[in-house]
Amino acid sequence: MSVALFIPCYLDQFYPDVAIASLELLERLGVDVVYPDGQTCCGQPMANTGCVADCAPVAHRFVELFAAYDTIVCPSGSCTAMVRHHYGDYFADDDPQFNHVKNRTFELCEFLHDELKIQSLDVQFPHKVSIHQSCHGLRELRLGASSENMTPREDKVRNVLNLVHGIQWCTPTRSDECCGFGGTFAVNEADVSAAMGRDRVADHVSSGSEVLVSADMSCLMHLQGIIRRESIPIEVMHVAQVLVGRMPKRVSPSAS
Amino acid sequence: MKTLPIVDHPTKAHAFVADNERTHWHDQALWFVRSKRDKQAGSVPEWEYLRSLASQIKTETIAKLGDYLSEFERNATALGATVHWAADAAEHNEIVLKILRDHETLRIVKSKSMLTEECGLNHFLEDNGIEVVDTDLGERIVQLRKETPSHIVLPAIHIRKEEVGETFHEHLGTDEGASDPQYLTEAARGHLRDKFLAGEVGITGVNFAIAETGGFVICTNEGNADLGVSLPRVHIACMGIEKIIPRFEDLAVFIRLLARSATGQPITTYTSHFHGPRDPQSELHIVLVDNGRSQLRNRSEFRDALHCIRCGACMNTCPVYRRSGGHSYSATVPGPIGSVLSPTRDSSSYKSLPYACSLCGSCTDVCPVKIPLHHQLLAWRKELVDQNLLPYSKRISMKGASILFRNPRLFTFAGWVGRKSLKWLPHGMTHNRWNTWTIARELPEPPRESFRHWYAANRKR
Repeated sequence: MSVALFIPCYLDQFYPDVAIASLELLERLGVDVVYPDGQTCCGQPMANTGCVADCAPVAHRFVELFAAYDTIVCPSGSCTAMVRHHYGDYFADDDPQFNHVKNRTFELCEFLHDELKIQSLDVQFPHKVSIHQSCHGLRELRLGASSENMTPREDKVRNVLNLVHGIQWCTPTRSDECCGFGGTFAVNEADVSAAMGRDRVADHVSSGSEVLVSADMSCLMHLQGIIRRESIPIEVMHVAQVLVGRMPKRVSPSAS
Repeated sequence: MKTLPIVDHPTKAHAFVADNERTHWHDQALWFVRSKRDKQAGSVPEWEYLRSLASQIKTETIAKLGDYLSEFERNATALGATVHWAADAAEHNEIVLKILRDHETLRIVKSKSMLTEECGLNHFLEDNGIEVVDTDLGERIVQLRKETPSHIVLPAIHIRKEEVGETFHEHLGTDEGASDPQYLTEAARGHLRDKFLAGEVGITGVNFAIAETGGFVICTNEGNADLGVSLPRVHIACMGIEKIIPRFEDLAVFIRLLARSATGQPITTYTSHFHGPRDPQSELHIVLVDNGRSQLRNRSEFRDALHCIRCGACMNTCPVYRRSGGHSYSATVPGPIGSVLSPTRDSSSYKSLPYACSLCGSCTDVCPVKIPLHHQLLAWRKELVDQNLLPYSKRISMKGASILFRNPRLFTFAGWVGRKSLKWLPHGMTHNRWNTWTIARELPEPPRESFRHWYAANRKR
């Protein structure tokens, strides 16, 4: 199985360690993984603004680039959701390349959980951790059960993280409220976005969490921006970093 | 048609969210309702089945809307009611006024109805010399304050009890500084009791109208609808044409969903059924109002919005609504469903509403009739771009982004410039009020190199 790593644009430029961790993780698990040259972005910023014409060529580029691989893995729920659920606007229903890419693009935790079905990980993370459920991971990809829905579902992100030794779980009061990032929403509705972010961080901090972990770095970029501006004592990490055993920079291991 | 003022949601939200204490209190009050809803929904094992069923019934109803409305008219008329049809708000108001004039009425008591709110009935009747008293407590509070409801189920949710005390002191002569809900409610009750006794015609909304029987149902928690129509001889019921359901047996599905979704109650305190005028001396008028609903029905991507049973659950769950307040939407129906409905009325005026959403999807999952709200908001954004209503600045930035993402070398270069600027420029050059992101947030710490650069150096085969 040839696996292509899709690294979203902002991860590539601003959070390379999340991409390196994703790559290392897949390599350790014996996956034949490559990072295809020339990739940029899935087109979500344009699509979410409604600029279909600006998104279309980017979407076509994406499909052409990744159609050659058996599987595409992406360490971001929202970018995966874009390809799986929103690319239909740009392709014919029976386009074989599009259908292949649509059906074979997975979010990282989803890939580990559903495709590789990993059972164990030789990794320690002795810290107090809370999960930030990303909305697109939860309500578009259904990686877990959303609090509004009365349908039981497995939480794939949590299941995968549970394989890591030493995590002490903390649970925020509002299990899956939006952090307020929302792509261009953060700029368009800056005040509400920041208020949502501050509330989200406060909920995680009051749960006792020291490390806020998410499968979506875009939510974390927004939350980290607030955390650093307000000097709040909590750290953010992407799930891939935890799964390969990176340690938080400012938090010392907690006694278990 | 007169043009409406442009609604600027971000600016109105800014004013609301600037009062940190009020925002938190508003957020928590609505989250409390959302939590009660979760508890109630969780107590019904077949909850998701009910949602699917309700959605299917509504799809069928909207598909055969004309047939069901005719059936309703036939059956309601057979029961002795008079059915009127109104194409728009103006026609609705004229019909109501004519009935009032026929009965030489100068004062009416009205129970809560978002439709009459939508049609601007209160102002219209007052301009024609008729006293209108809203009898729902929350509606009465906003009416006395000369405001509009900020929520379709909890019209005064934006007002604190201390402020209600001030309003009642001014209008009802309650003690100055009083804020005890029991005391204030009793004062309102006494005041409204007099109004009920003096009311000559009762106007109500409709929650569900049943085609098969010609009857309709009103749900209230205060019993004000029942009181409002029990004393006067004339009852006018105003309903949007989407309130129709086909069969009596369908009613249970919606009644079970409505109160649980709206306020987290298993059922509303009063679920009142009306089948024709109550006696030969009384009249029952039912006004069926279109006001843009047929237009919505003709648009496949937005048609499901007609499923809405006005429970308000999408507002309670919406993290944007909770922090920006209902008035920031400047619409009769605010929140996610309002942001779908309002642009169908006037896309230019309401163009900011589909963007007042982080696309979190909570509204879609909470909706008891499965309206794909966040997908409809996304569809609206496409439509607004098609109609050339996206501001030039945003349009051009998306064009720029598109060019960047089509050219990996340009993208790589732009990223390099971004990282270096962030590293070398003084903080004030990258973090200032012209950069909206950095008003409340820090930009990411720039890494030494991009991933693609790292990959080329470390993994190239």
